[in-house]
Amino acid sequence: MGVSVDSPAESQKLCRSRGYTFPLLSDPSAHTIRQFGVLHPKGGEAGKDIARPAEFFVDATGTIRWVNLTDDIRVRARPESVLMAIDRL
Amino acid sequence: MKRRPNILNWAGFAIVLIAFLSYVPFFALFPTTRDIPWANYLLFLIGGALLAIGIRRAFRDSAHYSGKISGSILTILSAVLFAFFVVGLTYFSKQIPTAGTALGVGQKAPAFVLLDTTGKQVSSVDLLKNHRGLVLIFYRGYW
Repeated sequence: MGVSVDSPAESQKLCRSRGYTFPLLSDPSAHTIRQFGVLHPKGGEAGKDIARPAEFFVDATGTIRWVNLTDDIRVRARPESVLMAIDRL
Repeated sequence: MKRRPNILNWAGFAIVLIAFLSYVPFFALFPTTRDIPWANYLLFLIGGALLAIGIRRAFRDSAHYSGKISGSILTILSAVLFAFFVVGLTYFSKQIPTAGTALGVGQKAPAFVLLDTTGKQVSSVDLLKNHRGLVLIFYRGYW
């Protein structure tokens, strides 16, 4: 599932326009984003805090088992590479 | 003798313009043309080649072809667009904080309760009770 600082309404617009079917969660205060250590301070419009691009896999015990942190906002983990990484665990 | 308009200059510039403008709304949507923007670079190359041929014949064969001034201006504009494109992709798209602060493998993921797009509360603890795991994708937002 996705997490961003966008409001549920904003995220719903994105899901509709892109056809996303996975849940997209809203973290407007960036509290969870901060807890995962992936805050991009003042990275958004009008100096708003946002998330940096990042992907985590959390197992059933709540432990992080895989992390992908890009250094380029254009280059994200592809779904197939995430699934392959999980299968290898 | 009337000189012919130098269509190659304009065609070349039009392709350079497409190369510059098409990345975000189109080529960035597909992983194969997004991660390495080869399609845009190819368009820049084609546009640049047409401009080069156009400007060459404007100067070498100015009896038949116009476009010395317009071709020069279009070539400079194209070079500026190409420079912006390269700087945008190699510099601006990397302006994100370092990964050092992020939680790593083996650490406990913080539990969270967040709203989904319908305004319903989603709890990570509840989800992990009946799923093998969770893939969390953090987005910059503002789409």
